[in-house]
Amino acid sequence: MLKLTCPYCGIEADETELHGGGEAHLERAAGGAGDSELEQYLFIRSNPRGVHFERWHHIHGCGKWFHAARCTETMEVFGTYSAQTLRPPENTLSEIKRRRPNWVNA
Amino acid sequence: MSTRLPTGGVLVDRNKPVRFSFNGKKMTGLEGDTLASALLAGNVRVVGRSFKYHRHRGIVGCGPEDPNGLMTLGTGNRLTPNQQATTTRLFEGLSARSQNHWPSLEFDLGGVVDKVSSLTPAGFYYKTFIQPRRAWKHVYEPLIRQAAGLGRPPRDRDPDLYEHFHAHVDLLVIGGGISGLIAASIAGRAGLRVLLLEQFWELGGRTPVDVEMLGDEAPRDWIAERVEELNALENVHLRCRTCAVGVYDHGYVLANERVGEGTGDEGELRNRLWRIRARKIILASGAIERPLCFVNNDVPGVMLASAVRDYVTNFGVSPGDRTVVVTNNDDAYRTVNCLVRAGLDVPMVVDARPVPGPVAAEAKELGVNVVSNRAIANVEGTKGITGVSVCSQAGEGTVLERLDCEVVAVSGGWSPAVHLWSHCSGRLRWDDTRAMFRPDRTRPPLASDGEEQMVVVGSANGMLQLDKVIADAAEGTVTAVRALGGDADPGFLPEVAVQSESPASPVWLMPNGMDLRTRAKAWIDFQNDVKVSDIELAVREGFESSEHVKRYTTLGMATDQGKTSNINGLAILARSLNTPIEQTGTTTFRPPYTAVPMGAIAGKARGSLFKPTRRTPMDAWHDANGAYWEPVGDWRRPYCYLQGEESVDEAVRRECLSVRRSAGIIDASTLGKILVSGPDAGRFLDMMYTNMMSTLRPGRCRYGLMCNDNGFLMDDGVVARLSDESFLCHTTTGGADHIHGWMEEWLQTEWWDWQVHVVNITEQFAQIGIAGPHARKLLSSLGGMNLGAEDLPFMCWIDGQLAGHDVRVFRISFSGELSFEVAVRGSEGLELWRKIIEAGQNFDAGVYGTEALHILRAEVGFIMIGDETDGTVTPQDLGLTWALSRKKEDFLGKRAQERSYLTSPDRWRLVGLLRVEGNTPLAHGAYAVSSENSEFGHTRMIGRVTSSYYSPILDRPIAMALVENGPEMQGTILEFVEKDGRVRAEIVDPVFYHPSAAARN
Ligand SMILES: [Zn+2]
Repeated sequence: MLKLTCPYCGIEADETELHGGGEAHLERAAGGAGDSELEQYLFIRSNPRGVHFERWHHIHGCGKWFHAARCTETMEVFGTYSAQTLRPPENTLSEIKRRRPNWVNA
Repeated sequence: MSTRLPTGGVLVDRNKPVRFSFNGKKMTGLEGDTLASALLAGNVRVVGRSFKYHRHRGIVGCGPEDPNGLMTLGTGNRLTPNQQATTTRLFEGLSARSQNHWPSLEFDLGGVVDKVSSLTPAGFYYKTFIQPRRAWKHVYEPLIRQAAGLGRPPRDRDPDLYEHFHAHVDLLVIGGGISGLIAASIAGRAGLRVLLLEQFWELGGRTPVDVEMLGDEAPRDWIAERVEELNALENVHLRCRTCAVGVYDHGYVLANERVGEGTGDEGELRNRLWRIRARKIILASGAIERPLCFVNNDVPGVMLASAVRDYVTNFGVSPGDRTVVVTNNDDAYRTVNCLVRAGLDVPMVVDARPVPGPVAAEAKELGVNVVSNRAIANVEGTKGITGVSVCSQAGEGTVLERLDCEVVAVSGGWSPAVHLWSHCSGRLRWDDTRAMFRPDRTRPPLASDGEEQMVVVGSANGMLQLDKVIADAAEGTVTAVRALGGDADPGFLPEVAVQSESPASPVWLMPNGMDLRTRAKAWIDFQNDVKVSDIELAVREGFESSEHVKRYTTLGMATDQGKTSNINGLAILARSLNTPIEQTGTTTFRPPYTAVPMGAIAGKARGSLFKPTRRTPMDAWHDANGAYWEPVGDWRRPYCYLQGEESVDEAVRRECLSVRRSAGIIDASTLGKILVSGPDAGRFLDMMYTNMMSTLRPGRCRYGLMCNDNGFLMDDGVVARLSDESFLCHTTTGGADHIHGWMEEWLQTEWWDWQVHVVNITEQFAQIGIAGPHARKLLSSLGGMNLGAEDLPFMCWIDGQLAGHDVRVFRISFSGELSFEVAVRGSEGLELWRKIIEAGQNFDAGVYGTEALHILRAEVGFIMIGDETDGTVTPQDLGLTWALSRKKEDFLGKRAQERSYLTSPDRWRLVGLLRVEGNTPLAHGAYAVSSENSEFGHTRMIGRVTSSYYSPILDRPIAMALVENGPEMQGTILEFVEKDGRVRAEIVDPVFYHPSAAARN
């Protein structure tokens, strides 16, 4: 059962306080989008073995959505950060590179 | 026979007899006994039957590794199945029953299966019960169900108490043997918050039985000093009878504490489930001895060598007068010494090694006959051992000699108890010199920061000699304590001389060349009846992965999870595949390590605390006035109100007619109410709803649909614009929390620069619906505001006062009748409700419940979320295209709805149905079938009933359905499949009833 620190309220939250929201940094296919763009948005997920960026909701806490960078294999957490960003922040990326020197951001 | 020895037994008090019963027979044990030791002391040697062949089974081990002693404890509503005799402490009045036999333990019909066991090899169930198809339902399944299962669940409600307990510690020590005590002492002295868990009720583990001296002290004295010292430390807690059962991510551990036994008053605390978060975990779970695979090694009386000396030393119980010891290692000689010292006969030590080492010479000095390079060829007896025959280990089983005995004490070496290490993906590696899978300390379970979460020490780490155990426990703990910022000082450790033991030789089959025929009688998994031959058969049939062989043969899948069988099974598999065992690998260990009662998992979450019921402010009135409740989401709502002797159907009919003919009053407080405000509120709702909401004028209401981004309908409700920058969105009763969360999600994660604030005010307001021709007159009679058609037109709202209460009145309708919804502060809801009920008496108005609401809705063709929708239905399917804005470039679901699959004309779409014959409503969910079969010759389904009622005003059944090309087939008669045959219904317009225009205004 994971422990993730909510970047909004600062609580080191137990997974029972949280609700997972799947992969982060997806681009929504708006009205008028092409078929492949829509498919990408609705159905295609990276599902990596290793570094994964994901959405979490502090549902039984402050109510805020945030993002976590986590290793799906070892459950290590590289960092949590605001959901209101289009890409992972630099400090999270450098922490991933420190612990996974060969990792390449897809 | 097995019996109590005249002396000895350090854990039992010979002055305190304890009475108990086994299978109804009255017996007496001693305080400090386990159920298993008391049964052995009373010469009970058969304690159960095996799962498949129903062979006699006796106690094998002395702890949680024992596969056979499964009991149902207690009686009536305080019955607990599948409890281990070896881990159950004997108590006064204990009632135990053995399991898995019918009709009795002595005479078991299932035993017949054993006589024909060559007909039931591995995968037997998969192969046999396939054909003929019909036989499965009537012959095979009932038979298997009768024969299968370990224990029976209790039939009555459990009257006792279970609780959860949360603990946060710096260091969790799992296991209270010598390694665990050393770990707790080092960490405790360093000032860390330490919790130590021990599954047994005594601390010290195997050391007091297996070790003569700890430094210059007796082991028990040294242990007592440590325990006293630890108990004096405020930062250290020791818990016995508490078994860590599961290790999860980031240092989360579940442990089951046995508190009460169900013998006190009803309502006593039985189990406490510990939910622990530890910064670091020291795993000191010890090791488990392995049996050896020889013919008939499952006869009662074949026991683990360590268990034999435990029963003698700890409980003063002799498992039998004459014990043959069979081993491939030095450790079993401890059992030899123990038995000889207790005055029991050891006619032979059968050592499989060609050169046994110095211990053999010591045993010979005691007068014991030690033979080397020998194996057991056969065990004689069924309910107990009468003798064994001995052969050469290197040979194929030619009997060299035969001797009488009652017990065979076996030791195939030790396996570290790595289960908890593996639960959270700690890796194992095969140690060839020790012949065991050991935790790989370079690849431990990780903490959230990537550091090692768990440190494994002592015999759990593969250390089997005392000096190495102590050094390893100290070294591992010092590392862990320092990593936690503590100052570690292992200065108190006892001086122990270096121990030397001759290496064990791996023996997986005894004798090595055992012939094929006898392999079918050499057991690996005692509980699930898996034999050497089963694994070999699986390999011959092409199974190679250990995970596949496990499932095909059921090896290690019984309640003991293969604690004694796993490694032997894998070794036999490796041997059959002709690959090294490290390549075969282990199967996955999963929680729980030992069984946890369902009550402990539930804890306090039962009865009214399982899920609290939400109640409206008028709840007490409903309850006092005949409410027939139904759950709606987390709420309870009146389905109808029963008057006098009337039935539910009669009440619903009366309530429906009251709305159509005069007026009806309903508590609509559970309806979701979400306030959306801010400069971008209109723009935001344009995205949330399929309709255009930004053009709605303040004071007006609009019915709206919400879809997910997959295009499917998820909720509906009326939106009222309160001001330029604020909207009140009504949702379905069950959808309020979800829709509130849904809006928050989009605002926080997609459009976070939009200035919108969303708040769920469902419980701040009570809402009362008044519908029917007399609705306006009724409300107006309360006084305070004008509600005329000009003052409050349809789909508008106004603020005002009614009977002295501040109210907001919406003129909206879900029944086609003249209808108002009155919102009032939640605290005033009950008062206003009473006033409206009272006023209603002058207008022949009655209260109505949810079923009448649904019928009134259906009569005028309005859809219901959850009836007409199921997550795969679009607004277009339901003929709601008028609610889809064509002007908007985007809204949630718009792009997805343009997919070819969702625009196909063949989709099932909404129609009304009227039965051709018969006067009962169509079955909910009944399927319409085509007169033509599919291209594969199957019956083709072309539609489905989504809601079905008896309409009181039309006095006939009505239904709505989704039908392929339905709207284009008005007048067509469809056949629906019901339980008792086919029924016919005609496709009609889904609007069944049209109230007069005059009534509506
Ligand atoms: Zn938070």
